[in-house]
Amino acid sequence: MPDNTAIRPGIAIRNLVLHYGVHEVLRGISLDIADAEFVCLLGPSGCGKTTLLNAIAGFIFPTAGGIAVNGHEVRGPGAERGVVFQEYALFPWFTVEQNVQYGPRLAGVDRKALNAISDHYLELVGLSDFKRHYPNQLSGGQRQRVAIARALAAKPEILLLDEPFGALDAMTRESLQDELVRIWEAERRTCVFVTHSIGEAVFLAETIIVMQAQPGRIRAIIRNDAPRPRARTSDSYFSMYRKVDEALRDRT
Amino acid sequence: MTPSSTTTARTDVLGARLLGSRQRALLAVASITGVLVFWGVFTSAGWVDRVLLPSPQEVFRSLLDSVRDGSLLRHVAASLLRVLEGFAIALAAAVPLGIAMGVSRVVRGILEPLLELLRPIPPIALIPLAILWFGIDELSKVLIIAYGAFFPILLNTMAGFREVDLVHVRAARALGAKRHHIFRDVVLRSAFPFIVVGARVGMGMAFIVLVAAELIASSAGLGFLISDARYNFRTDQMFLGMAMIGLLGFALNKALLEVERRLLKWKSP
Repeated sequence: MPDNTAIRPGIAIRNLVLHYGVHEVLRGISLDIADAEFVCLLGPSGCGKTTLLNAIAGFIFPTAGGIAVNGHEVRGPGAERGVVFQEYALFPWFTVEQNVQYGPRLAGVDRKALNAISDHYLELVGLSDFKRHYPNQLSGGQRQRVAIARALAAKPEILLLDEPFGALDAMTRESLQDELVRIWEAERRTCVFVTHSIGEAVFLAETIIVMQAQPGRIRAIIRNDAPRPRARTSDSYFSMYRKVDEALRDRT
Repeated sequence: MTPSSTTTARTDVLGARLLGSRQRALLAVASITGVLVFWGVFTSAGWVDRVLLPSPQEVFRSLLDSVRDGSLLRHVAASLLRVLEGFAIALAAAVPLGIAMGVSRVVRGILEPLLELLRPIPPIALIPLAILWFGIDELSKVLIIAYGAFFPILLNTMAGFREVDLVHVRAARALGAKRHHIFRDVVLRSAFPFIVVGARVGMGMAFIVLVAAELIASSAGLGFLISDARYNFRTDQMFLGMAMIGLLGFALNKALLEVERRLLKWKSP
């Protein structure tokens, strides 16, 4: 992909087109995501937001156009892009600790350092006491915390999150949103977060990419510079909510 | 135990109270004792020819006799050895083959039609041929047992490979896993519970084939004990042989269930 800005940290998506057979899932997506930015992909089901995330992750390949991460074309999954899935995707046959250590273990980290890494990230998500548990001994919220710790432990530059809190109840969801912001502020990784919840996007993101369906494309890019910590009851929250809601509903 | 769990009894979907392990053990002892008592009364009342149906006491006496002269131990050992040898051969053949068929579409395309044609042939139908080919000694019996245990293990192993969840593969790849890591840490791990279940079903099959093979041709083993007793009208020994087969099968199944529980402790919360 010839690009005048050779090596730029972050994600650059150029004229991305993606078809499933004859079905056009994504049309003409161009998008720049800066290093350490928190971006939400927001839209109704069928708008291709998860497909776009999977393309960035390298799980699927575009029909045309390209994605570059830190100047390198995406040719498949890689440890520099961590993924958190809606269905957690923890390995049920590994303990919590083994799950978190999996990425660094593949990278060849030695035993002692592995324990330090898993201890650090399990403490970060508040699950130090559950090291020896198996995933099916945990609640949904706990599992997703482990999944976040597992993704972070592989030291990715980018964290890709596919509706990670979609299966959780409202209370758990809000507390995990708080935790994710805290983790993002502490670790400063680029986050691309897929959601269909306006409130979630307004609370989390600095940039909200509003998408629409048939075919999936970008409708609006909205900056959200509200200071942190953000409150879910503030006036700025509600005015941003209204703005995003209007962009989603806009029938032009 | 918390006070609440002692006061509120656990119930099933219909609201009936669940039994504790002590209650279940009590019921088991009661049902077995009940059958023995009924059997004893039935035979001692003289309603039936004692040659055809021995009393429990006679069967027990024959148990003591055969323990004392060492013949029971010899028969049990012979049967157990055969079943374990056959099972081990089946496991060693079926697991790698099932993995190869699960991983490679080509291997599967070649072998599946053959195996589908062989599968409906009951192992017992192969006993005469096996005796001609491999002789009347251990080898033919062990191979027939292996054949019987082979298919359940193979089919379950193959089924396990279809159960690999794409999201686990994606999660592993996003953490930096290469193909061989995915095979070792995701594919094999996902298939493993199925392989273990296949082994248990295969062991049950091995046991059925064992007795059939021993009834037809052998000079030791529990099947032989039963068949030999028939020629001497020793129904007490026949009952003893059947009881020992039942106990041995029960014990082997229990042992494999325990292995399963230990290997798959991540499955049960």
